[in-house]
Amino acid sequence: MQALQAVNEFVIKFANVNGTGSASANNLFAKAVFRMGLPVCPKNIFPSNIQGLPTWYEVRVSERGYLGRRGGVDIMLSVNPQSMPQDIQELEPGGYFIYDNTKPLDLRLIRSDVNIMGIPLTRICNEQYQDPRQRQLFRNVIYVGALAALLDMDFAVLTGLVEDQFKGKDKLILPNIQALELGYQYATENFDCPIGIRLRKSDRVGDNILLDGNTALGLGAIYGGATVAAWYPITPSTSVVDAFEKYAKRLRIDPGTGRRNYAIVQAEDELAAIGMVVGASWNGARAFTATSGPGLSLMSEFLGLAYFAEIPTVLFDVQRAGPSTGMPTRTQQSDILSAAYASHGDTKQVLLFPATPKECFDFGALSFDLAERLQTPIILMTDLDLGMNDNMSPPLVWEDDRRYDRGKVLTAAQLDEMERFGRYLDVDGDAICYRTIPGTHPEKGAFFTRGTSRDEYAVYTEKGEEYEKNMHRLMAKWETIKQWVPAPIETPSDRETDTAILFFGTSEESAMEARDYLAEEGIPLAAMRVRAFPFNDEVEEFIARHERVFVIEQNRDAQLRTLLMAEFELGPDKLKSVLCFDGNPISARNIRKQILLQMPGYNVTPLRRERVVAGAEMNS
Amino acid sequence: MSYQLPKFRHPDLPVNTLGYTKADYEGAISTLCAGCGHDSISGAIVRACHELALEPHRIAKLSGIGCSSKAPTYFLGKSHGFNSVHGRMPSVVTGANMANRELLYLGVSGDGDTASIGMGQFTHAVRRNLNMVYIVMNNGCYGLTKGQDSATADEGSASKKGDPNPFSAIDLPGLALQLGATFVARSFSGDKGQLVPLIKAAIAHRGFALIDVVSPCVTFNNNAGSTKSYDFVREHSEATGTVDFVPMRDEITASYAAGHTQEVTLHDGSVLHLEKLAEDLDPFDRVSAMIALEQSRVAGQILTGLIYIDKDSRDLHDVLETSRRPLNSLTEEDLCPGNKVLVNINASLR
Repeated sequence: MQALQAVNEFVIKFANVNGTGSASANNLFAKAVFRMGLPVCPKNIFPSNIQGLPTWYEVRVSERGYLGRRGGVDIMLSVNPQSMPQDIQELEPGGYFIYDNTKPLDLRLIRSDVNIMGIPLTRICNEQYQDPRQRQLFRNVIYVGALAALLDMDFAVLTGLVEDQFKGKDKLILPNIQALELGYQYATENFDCPIGIRLRKSDRVGDNILLDGNTALGLGAIYGGATVAAWYPITPSTSVVDAFEKYAKRLRIDPGTGRRNYAIVQAEDELAAIGMVVGASWNGARAFTATSGPGLSLMSEFLGLAYFAEIPTVLFDVQRAGPSTGMPTRTQQSDILSAAYASHGDTKQVLLFPATPKECFDFGALSFDLAERLQTPIILMTDLDLGMNDNMSPPLVWEDDRRYDRGKVLTAAQLDEMERFGRYLDVDGDAICYRTIPGTHPEKGAFFTRGTSRDEYAVYTEKGEEYEKNMHRLMAKWETIKQWVPAPIETPSDRETDTAILFFGTSEESAMEARDYLAEEGIPLAAMRVRAFPFNDEVEEFIARHERVFVIEQNRDAQLRTLLMAEFELGPDKLKSVLCFDGNPISARNIRKQILLQMPGYNVTPLRRERVVAGAEMNS
Repeated sequence: MSYQLPKFRHPDLPVNTLGYTKADYEGAISTLCAGCGHDSISGAIVRACHELALEPHRIAKLSGIGCSSKAPTYFLGKSHGFNSVHGRMPSVVTGANMANRELLYLGVSGDGDTASIGMGQFTHAVRRNLNMVYIVMNNGCYGLTKGQDSATADEGSASKKGDPNPFSAIDLPGLALQLGATFVARSFSGDKGQLVPLIKAAIAHRGFALIDVVSPCVTFNNNAGSTKSYDFVREHSEATGTVDFVPMRDEITASYAAGHTQEVTLHDGSVLHLEKLAEDLDPFDRVSAMIALEQSRVAGQILTGLIYIDKDSRDLHDVLETSRRPLNSLTEEDLCPGNKVLVNINASLR
């Protein structure tokens, strides 16, 4: 049997039981790799459960800098008997199955093409510790210590991390280091260390940070000047408001009075949460809410009001697998259509698609400027994968001379100079009108905000031509918006090609990795990452320049492709779909395979979408 | 369409301390049915705001959807208004109030808007003790959709269509008391003498102030057999006592008869004088208020007047310890921590 050989390029997956403290030990491993100067991409694959069900933690290590899911597992560290049958099957041939052999492995599970290595984790813990909770917690730390020996890790990096992690709780440092040593010692005494896969110090991390997208969004809201947060708890968006609150408590307390320069209201439901945001924004504060698919559905009525009445509104949608409750702890990009056209009637909503924590921070702060400048809802579309996993990201930066763009808001002095204020009067020809904040002027500027039709002076009307004129202006505003939203990022091919890939958000890393694979196989691809809806003109030009464009996305119905077809009036032939919707982040191998299957000459029988989807499931 | 009132007024109309006449607090001409109770309530709001000399532009009037929610167009034309989504006015006010604590928030709703589609938001605004006046124009029916029974229609009450309502009624003051409301009153659109001082007291109260105003629907629910008709309410209303509101700057000049009277000083220094109080009601005691309300209901009466007030009310800003400066007035200097802080945060993430 061949054992996999690799230095600094592999996938390791940890199989644990939910609620046993494995997350912090696994995180310790990932962060240690990161501190060894290696790009790392950890992903939590967790159940909708607090305690007892299987949970996984997959870490991609790639000195070449590939940060998406590759597909396949090289090392499986399994301490959960519940999931062992599945875990061992997932291994690549020649991979390593490291498990707790306190109880012997079921003989039926044994695969002859993988390396099976047992460490009696439970027995070691039972011998070392009396307290049941300690036995459970240190079991995880012990296997990290063993990995240090097996993978030839820098042990000092691990001990340094433990010291950082328990700063202020110093008496926890030594027991954790001892647990690491126990594992290290067992591995060196019982195995030929290191194994075929190993880690070597590198310098490929630069000034990058490891951060989850939701924390970055919370920080973006702090820096963007949000003062009102209204929300209803829902996975996977809860940690956005948690992060906002954590940093607000540190950074938003008035030094003179000790009072808070922010208000967080936990609403009774998502309808109320978005209503509060609309009310606060109408009244001149920067406000936001964070939610996920089910919440977005509930919010759509208010999104229609905010679109029609032109009230700045910021909404962060951390997408998860739908429809309905779906798989609430698994990732998808499947709210695109329901967000883009949220609400009854003719509506179009502005969407932003960040791909990294840095973009979560940047777009998060930008959302407030755009909402006020454009006087419409801004829906930032992130997902569970980006939101809840640590992602390697460029550091966060804020230009200290940056001013908030409050858009077209009239002051009392400006109102004094006006003949007559018209809330929905297009004065500047860009279809964005001037607004007033309640309480500004004793005699001028007051108007009735409403979801019913009205004329340019905000007076109720049921005249069809007035209504139509206003709806046409909103379409003209849509054209203006294209100039304000983030432009797409194009990566041309270094060889001439008529084929391209187009994607958004968290599909980026895997898509770009698949592109490298395909280039090596003689299929060069141009690439574009879309960052906003409305689509900028560059997107239309890019599609027009290519014979066929693969639209890569993480949902069943090819929602971005549908949106592109609808907005550009494209026929169905030009855009091909590459899809993944099993709840796991899309992998590079999966993308490569789906593209190959659809390339002319690579496949004789025409493919129906069902076949492609089946391929996705096989290799996700 | 909204039609504006003609601008000319009698030259001797009385002005308040701001120099405004009552006309400065009026709105567009009502498009509600002639005789609608809601128009009387609008009139009471105009009078209360004029007499209190409130600056119209420092008032925000918000509503949901329905006949009641159209009403804000017909008063306070110089105030900002927001006719929002059906049943969702409380959340919009919550956000608005968080953004600017200095305005007066006047929410107007109906029985459908509050007790059915908006029940969730209403109850939670009460729980949070949001600083606002919440007026329910309660006619027991859905006017705009032609007279269906609403959730506040009494069991057995029949609207114009003639079928008695088979379901038990939701009593909003009773519900609000149970939820911890800090100001609960009920009145009748036909009794301005009672309604105007109650509105003034509700404005002065810091926290959530509910006034449930029975307001007959002349078109669909003013017939014999209805418990929300003018005649029925006049015959069956039973006042808790009379309420006299004395603003902070005025001296108390009225002489009050001896007997069961109470005086409350509100947080802004104004005084509420409660006279001829029912013997068995202590309006500062929640349990007493609940009992009085229930006894009156069982007796087939409609208890009106001030039912309960919490003198030590703490509103949502007190609970959240928000800045005394309105949040919407804070700037980059107050809100943005700057890049130096970010550099430290980055360092902690490596």
